Amino acid sequence: MTAASAFLQYVISGATVGSTYGLTALGFTVIFNTTEIINFAQGEFVMLGGMLAVFALRWGGVPLPAAVPLAVLGVTAIGVLVDRLTIRPVRGRSPITLIIITIGVSILLRGGAMLLFGKDTFPLPAFSPGGPIHLGGATLLPQSLWVGGITLLTLLAMKFFFERTLSGKAMLACACDRKAASLMGIHVESMVTLSFAFSAMVGALGGVILAPITLTSYDVGILLGLKGFAACILGGLGNPFGAVVGGVILGILESLGAGLLSSGYKDAVAFVILLALLFLRPAGLFGSSGAERV
Amino acid sequence: MRVRIGGHVTGFLAFAAAAMLLPFALPNEYYLTVLIVGGFHVILVIGLNLLMGFAGQVSLGHAAFYGLSAYTTGILTGTYHWPVPAGIAAGLLLVTAVAYLIGLPTLKLRGHYLAMGTLGFGIIVYIVFNEATAVTGGPSGFSGIPKLSFGGRVVSSDREYYYVVWGAALLLFALAQNLVRSRVGRALRAIHTSETAAAVLGVDTGRYKTFVFVLSAFYAAVAGALYAHYVTFVSPGSFGFHTSVLLVTMVVLGGMASLWGAVMGALFLTLLPEALRAIENFDILIYGAILVLCMMYLPGGLAEGARKCWDAARSLARRGSAGPAADGGGPGR
Repeated sequence: MTAASAFLQYVISGATVGSTYGLTALGFTVIFNTTEIINFAQGEFVMLGGMLAVFALRWGGVPLPAAVPLAVLGVTAIGVLVDRLTIRPVRGRSPITLIIITIGVSILLRGGAMLLFGKDTFPLPAFSPGGPIHLGGATLLPQSLWVGGITLLTLLAMKFFFERTLSGKAMLACACDRKAASLMGIHVESMVTLSFAFSAMVGALGGVILAPITLTSYDVGILLGLKGFAACILGGLGNPFGAVVGGVILGILESLGAGLLSSGYKDAVAFVILLALLFLRPAGLFGSSGAERV
Repeated sequence: MRVRIGGHVTGFLAFAAAAMLLPFALPNEYYLTVLIVGGFHVILVIGLNLLMGFAGQVSLGHAAFYGLSAYTTGILTGTYHWPVPAGIAAGLLLVTAVAYLIGLPTLKLRGHYLAMGTLGFGIIVYIVFNEATAVTGGPSGFSGIPKLSFGGRVVSSDREYYYVVWGAALLLFALAQNLVRSRVGRALRAIHTSETAAAVLGVDTGRYKTFVFVLSAFYAAVAGALYAHYVTFVSPGSFGFHTSVLLVTMVVLGGMASLWGAVMGALFLTLLPEALRAIENFDILIYGAILVLCMMYLPGGLAEGARKCWDAARSLARRGSAGPAADGGGPGR
């Protein structure tokens, strides 16, 4: 393999994994924009997406084309429950309370998955059969095309939702000023629930499309969540487009770091980038002003 | 005023006396080991509570500071045969410096940046413990750390070690008690209530937050050094995310912004697994449930629960003798 084709290979596999980071980041963004909460359970939504699909397939005998949407819907329902049971009762309390509650929820979801599904690592079949495609000396898995396509479609659907639909605009209004939105007759509580549902949905989608490539287990959520957050900071916290692009960039950097430097320290790359950004450019690559929202 | 100061000093003296006399009341040596581990946790949780409870900032990487100090002194004294006090000093220094570097950028921003930053930091340090096999021994751990010694005097028995650990814990408790009653403590609580308001009133919020973050990392480093020279073996598993979560849970369960709560939370969750061997696989679920339920229904934790019971008992007693008396407002938190 030549240097150029190796480079291409790193970019392809990095962008594939990065799409899931991007979708995780999108989930963070949606909740942050309506509530200003950083949801530490975001990574667990991603984990649950993959795990529920695996178990619908294995235990339920559901065929793959049905297991995937079923898993995404299941996680969406969990997202709604998380909001109703743990976030709504303490709305308006201090940020540290909400941070600790979402940390507690993430531990409960992870622990629950461990008890239900065990500690093994599980594979999920690729969405379509067929061998790898050769491309300029590098190989491209058909699943990577699914990942890229679904990520792009999700982003477009989000864009459409926020710009063209009444509910989407109402959610944006809550992000701008919650009190004013409520005075305009927007039911803020339902918007928050909706944002949890959305964020769980895109997170689960990110988890289920990646599972055929990287396998999945009960504990993949911590790192995916952390990397999703790093992607958020990279793209500028609160910017959905930046979140997805940030995720893809992060995935590529990580893949290059693992390939060219050391694979043992692959997971360290995202954090080094995160800290460097916090040092140098907390508003992210696409942000203009400070990252603080007072 | 005089009465309140007296109250906190007598409270401390009673605590110190209880800690010093406890070994004589224990049925066997095993409990001594449990209480020594409890002492490590008490030191860690007091430090973390200064950060979380008083300044309102979350660290999800405290186990990393704990481990970094343990590994540093372990490797320096074990591999390079440094004297134990020098190894400990190097560990404390390193952790303080690292905490300063991590805290500086993340603390200037809002709370969740620190939580994420420390979470990432904790995972990275855990990866390094596992991957740098030549230095740390990798996943199987690092053994051959010498016992604690000062100038040739080796602390060998568990009973002696108990007094070293609890001596340190009491000292650090007194330090924290003084700190929270000082100008710094008031500044930290102001930051917790509203960072914007504190800044407007002239509190240098970034500097105070960095200070308390470094201080809490220092507490973790003290516990780490004591751990390394007690167990004489360190492995990555003791300093992973699970431990960081355990520490946060101890703070929340004990009660945020209460040093007594820190002691209660640390000891309670150290003793709980001893009492309930059956929970071994469920412990993480129990921590999660404690975090969520405490924050929702008992934000003041065990400390507040205990105070409420005490107040209720007192007002009941008072009603019995002299009728309802006006509540004196109680000492501010």
